[in-house]
Amino acid sequence: MLHQLDARVKVNLTLSFILATTLTPPGAWPVLTLLAALALAVVILAELRARFVLVRTALALPFALAALPLLFTVAGTPLFELPWGWTASWEGLLRVANIVVKTWLSVLMAFTLTATTPFTAILVALRGWRLPRLLVTIVALTWRYLFVLVEEAQRLMRARAARSGQIVEGRGKSLAWRARVTGGMAGNLLLRGADRAERIYSAMSARGYDGEPRVVAQPPLTAGHRALLALGYLFLALLALTGILFWG
Amino acid sequence: MLLSPVPMHIPDGFLSVLVSVVFWALSVVGVGYALKRVNEDLGERQVPIMGVLAAAIFAGQMLNFSVTGGTSGHLLGAALATIVLGPWAAVLVMTSVVGIQAVVFQDGGLLALGANIFNMSIVGVAVSYFTYKSMQRLLQQLVKDQPWSIPVSGFVAGWVSIFIAALACALQLALSGSSPANVAIPAMSGIHALIGIGEGLITAGALAFILAAQRDLLQPAAAPVGSHRAVWVGGLVIAVLLAILSPLASAHPDGLEWVAEQRGFLDLAQEPLYEIIPDYVLPGIGNEALATILAGVIGVGLVLAATLAVAYVRRRVQSVEV
Repeated sequence: MLHQLDARVKVNLTLSFILATTLTPPGAWPVLTLLAALALAVVILAELRARFVLVRTALALPFALAALPLLFTVAGTPLFELPWGWTASWEGLLRVANIVVKTWLSVLMAFTLTATTPFTAILVALRGWRLPRLLVTIVALTWRYLFVLVEEAQRLMRARAARSGQIVEGRGKSLAWRARVTGGMAGNLLLRGADRAERIYSAMSARGYDGEPRVVAQPPLTAGHRALLALGYLFLALLALTGILFWG
Repeated sequence: MLLSPVPMHIPDGFLSVLVSVVFWALSVVGVGYALKRVNEDLGERQVPIMGVLAAAIFAGQMLNFSVTGGTSGHLLGAALATIVLGPWAAVLVMTSVVGIQAVVFQDGGLLALGANIFNMSIVGVAVSYFTYKSMQRLLQQLVKDQPWSIPVSGFVAGWVSIFIAALACALQLALSGSSPANVAIPAMSGIHALIGIGEGLITAGALAFILAAQRDLLQPAAAPVGSHRAVWVGGLVIAVLLAILSPLASAHPDGLEWVAEQRGFLDLAQEPLYEIIPDYVLPGIGNEALATILAGVIGVGLVLAATLAVAYVRRRVQSVEV
């Protein structure tokens, strides 16, 4: 049912959710729990496979290691000790957990948005934010030809695997040679892209392209959508405010 | 599938709202100015070229070569885009790539997108341009028109762009209190000094190939130097500023703390970030320099572990899909 919802509503509410999550101060676990419940409800409404959601959202988590040193640098109640006098503190653990939970909740919502909304619809929704036309056109073209060029890149890699064999570590040519070959492939991809762009431009001109993208005008939001948006904003603002007032 | 294991895309939850907003504002100004310049300098013919080449850079990030132990080197592409397309178009191309990575593939957050665009599109492109042009001029003086001067300049530009962009990323994390400065900066710069070599090698290889296959794409006449002087100066300023600021912030994290206090960051930030962090001497280690180095080594190990974890998960996901 989330799949049919107007993309403008989904984009705005997702961004508001992430903003509210980021605004929540550390230690405001009740607020984070409520936000998590909200996220869970949305994921259930989106009718996505749990495994799919977990695998895709877990991909963003390794970056959380960047926060791990806080475990040792934040002073507080000692938790456990590592050799060389490294002391983990309870406060440090809470800080790290806070960052990881916030990151995961944000990724979860961003992922649910893209899993339920075609990218072109998101792009149309972003036009409402007065994004410059030129930028929107470039992004739309990038998206349109991304998978064409990904296939091109896969063909290049398949050709490399077929011709130079699977490179076994420690054997074969040097690292610099491998890097140079990869560079040559990247250059080739760029040239093929430039060729394709020429053809695309010719085709677009043939159909009357004059530099101005033509788009279908968006219908105004219905009263129901506006009400949903207002309700969402209100709820998220209340959550963030509660966090800031009681734990900030 | 398209996830790049360059640990430079900051996810949401890591940057404080203030840092996010500030870098969004900087990015909006930078990208807005690039749009204006592209509108003036280039015709509508360039629009599909920028779009398709952005897709090519994005797809080019998939190309990799094995390094060791399951890790691989691959491309970010800011330097390559800058050299082939010129700085203004490259800013738009990289913004398009980074934007799609954030919105569709959750590679980098949405609130953090401003900072990511700033690091990879604006800093990456400006620093690439400055380094490439300076190297070109230097080599012109030294060896005249050697064919290898373009790939060599490309290598240096690739390496420097990655290194400086990583410093910017580390400083943003430290300013947000998500990672202590004396760990984040040595760790990020250490790991990206290595990743930058891969970037440089691929950039050089790509330029050598383009030079051999389609020389006219890289003719110096195509890019007038005078009109881009502002970018050159901008790149210089960013590179010098970050190169000086980061070791300072790393060696004297209290300096960053001081800046944060002066600017009222502490009042505006969601929490008194620096009050609960002691003065950055790792517990139990008296010698400050030793503590910093140790922290750096551990940080490098952690980021390496993160990279390996991403590579592993990616391989798992790929094998599931196949």
